[in-house]
Amino acid sequence: MGTQLVQAVVDGVLTGGVYALMAAGLTLIFGVLDIINIAQGIFVVLGAYLSYVLWSDLGIDPFLGLLITIPTLFFVGVGVEWAFIRRLGERDRVTMSILVTYAVSLILEGILDNAFGTNVFQLRPSYESSSFFVFGFYLQQIYVYGFVLAVVLLAAIYALLYRSRFGASVRASLQDRTAAQLIGVNVRRVSTITFGIGTAVTAAGGMVFGVTNAFSANSGADLISRLLSIVILGGLGSIGGAMGAAVLMLVLEDIVATVWSPVWSPVVYFAALLIVLSIRPVGLFGRTAARAQ
Amino acid sequence: MRMRRATDGGGAAVHVRSAVARAGIAGALVAGTVLAAWSGTSGAAQAHHKKKLGSPVVVGASLSLSGDFSTDGQAFDRGYHLWQAWQNAHGGLLGHKIVLKILSDKSTPTQAATNYNTLISSDHAKLTIGPFSSLLTVPSAKAAHRHGYALVEGAGGAPAVFKTGLNNVFDVSYPVATGLKPFCEWVASMPKGTRPKTVAYATVTTIFEATQFPIAKRILGKAGVRTVYTKTFPTETTDFTPIASGVVGSHATIVILGDTAVSTVSSFMSSFEAAHFNPKAIIATSGPDQGAAFLSAVGTANAIGVMVEGGWYPGFASKSSHALVQRYVKKYGGTASGVNADVAEAFSVGEVLTQAVKATHGFTNQKIIHYLHSNKTFSSVQGPVKFDKAGENVKGLNFAFQWLTKTGTPTFAQVLPTTAKGSVTPLYPKPSWGS
Repeated sequence: MGTQLVQAVVDGVLTGGVYALMAAGLTLIFGVLDIINIAQGIFVVLGAYLSYVLWSDLGIDPFLGLLITIPTLFFVGVGVEWAFIRRLGERDRVTMSILVTYAVSLILEGILDNAFGTNVFQLRPSYESSSFFVFGFYLQQIYVYGFVLAVVLLAAIYALLYRSRFGASVRASLQDRTAAQLIGVNVRRVSTITFGIGTAVTAAGGMVFGVTNAFSANSGADLISRLLSIVILGGLGSIGGAMGAAVLMLVLEDIVATVWSPVWSPVVYFAALLIVLSIRPVGLFGRTAARAQ
Repeated sequence: MRMRRATDGGGAAVHVRSAVARAGIAGALVAGTVLAAWSGTSGAAQAHHKKKLGSPVVVGASLSLSGDFSTDGQAFDRGYHLWQAWQNAHGGLLGHKIVLKILSDKSTPTQAATNYNTLISSDHAKLTIGPFSSLLTVPSAKAAHRHGYALVEGAGGAPAVFKTGLNNVFDVSYPVATGLKPFCEWVASMPKGTRPKTVAYATVTTIFEATQFPIAKRILGKAGVRTVYTKTFPTETTDFTPIASGVVGSHATIVILGDTAVSTVSSFMSSFEAAHFNPKAIIATSGPDQGAAFLSAVGTANAIGVMVEGGWYPGFASKSSHALVQRYVKKYGGTASGVNADVAEAFSVGEVLTQAVKATHGFTNQKIIHYLHSNKTFSSVQGPVKFDKAGENVKGLNFAFQWLTKTGTPTFAQVLPTTAKGSVTPLYPKPSWGS
């Protein structure tokens, strides 16, 4: 049992990194735009499909393919923000954002369903089923690479937010949109670029998701509920919180699945979420904490 | 009369000419008769095919064209459309053209029930046929029952469907509870020296856990195959790593997976491969039977040796089944191996419904229900169909299938029961991943 517990913790940490990649964009978008992006799940799936097409049709390694898929999804995000999000008024913005982004997710799902059919796909590079054997444990290579990628990308976003002029504009918009406008920040442009960045990061998450899971256009529906819970637990708007919450969620679920039963994994996780929120409503690294950074 | 030679004077010449003339006339008559018969037949056939079918009869169904069951739902859609085309080319239903009205239920039970209400009340469907999965069949059967409609279906085989007390639901496929029996009985029949020692079970918390697994555990337990791991997980699970790790850690000789999705089986197989875990046999209750969808998810090399329970496969030993496969490939492309078992299940639904309509000479649902309960045996591409009081097919054939190869290209073959017509020798032990 001890060995299995350690395996569960290790698996949870590595898988948590993958989920952090998928959730990071969601928390960034909410932090700056006050938008709950229900389409995040389908963006992950879109990233998976793009990586799959590059890999299967052009033989491009999935990680190398990120050089194409990340900019592509950036522009997809910019397009979605311009076409749908920008039209939302300030009144009932959060509520309307749920409806609008849900509609976007349905449209995208329909397009992908028509384009690719209902077959499930999975990227199968050579390292997909390979593993590192470390101290008696098998660590799937793709999860290790995915975790490293998550750390690198999230660090890059952190550096962008806290070490750049643009990042200062983003944080100003995050704290107070009106005040930011008054001091000359082009809030509209910041919002568009932030939505684009949030979607672009999802390309990486989608790629890893596509290597570790067989996916179809419907796969986004199961994902979005988990991603939302991660960003709420971590604190809406906190990049570090998304990482911490994702790792915590997956470790907790894996331990419960191993020691007790997988049926209870989501129950225990959501119970923990409720406990955290009742003590700290803004989440582990909620917006107050994020703004203080 | 013996013919005289032509050189035998004028009289002989007349005889020869007469003989030739008679032969010529006879030949012309024969040719004319043949021609007349052929043109008459083809004319009749053309007239038959061109014969205008009567007013359309609407047959309604709710299918999962999106959502979790969309792969199966869309396969069912194709099966129903193939039946529609086939039956309309053979006189329709009592001379009426079949019009299929299919509504999407997004794989949700409430939408399925709503759809049947809509189909019957608003769309005026005369007949209804079933959705995909037991989960959707129960509410659909209830909705149809409220309107007094029969619901012939092909994918609702869980005990829950037949415990509703409804008399209007008829499942043309084999009873789900018996699904793993061929595999378990085969394992139990192995000589003690080669018989697997341990087994691991991992299943979704659905009908498979409730129905098939207790029977499997009983058969294997009696044969001395020890259960070393057993876990159930919710259908919403997206991370199978801890469960797969548990199976790996159990070092089980054989693995039994209960699931409804290709993606689930694929996730387990990936984890097993990464951990260099090579059980001697793996069988899933669903997933590997989805032809091209399964192969594209797991890769052709990894598919070899994986088993799945089922009632039909593209190579099923029946003329009508072969014809169905050919029609499918002609219309939708791909290869015979890639034809999903759901297509045959859906087509069988249409076949049985047709037989009931013909026998009752009409579209009165109460008569159809009564007739389907009359202990008659019906024919289908899946084999014989006979319903008990609850609507289960007591003559349903179920087998175990396995992906095999001789040339590198995987083929889907019937392997169990070993004594069943059409079974080939199962591959045991399963080769290592990717080999």
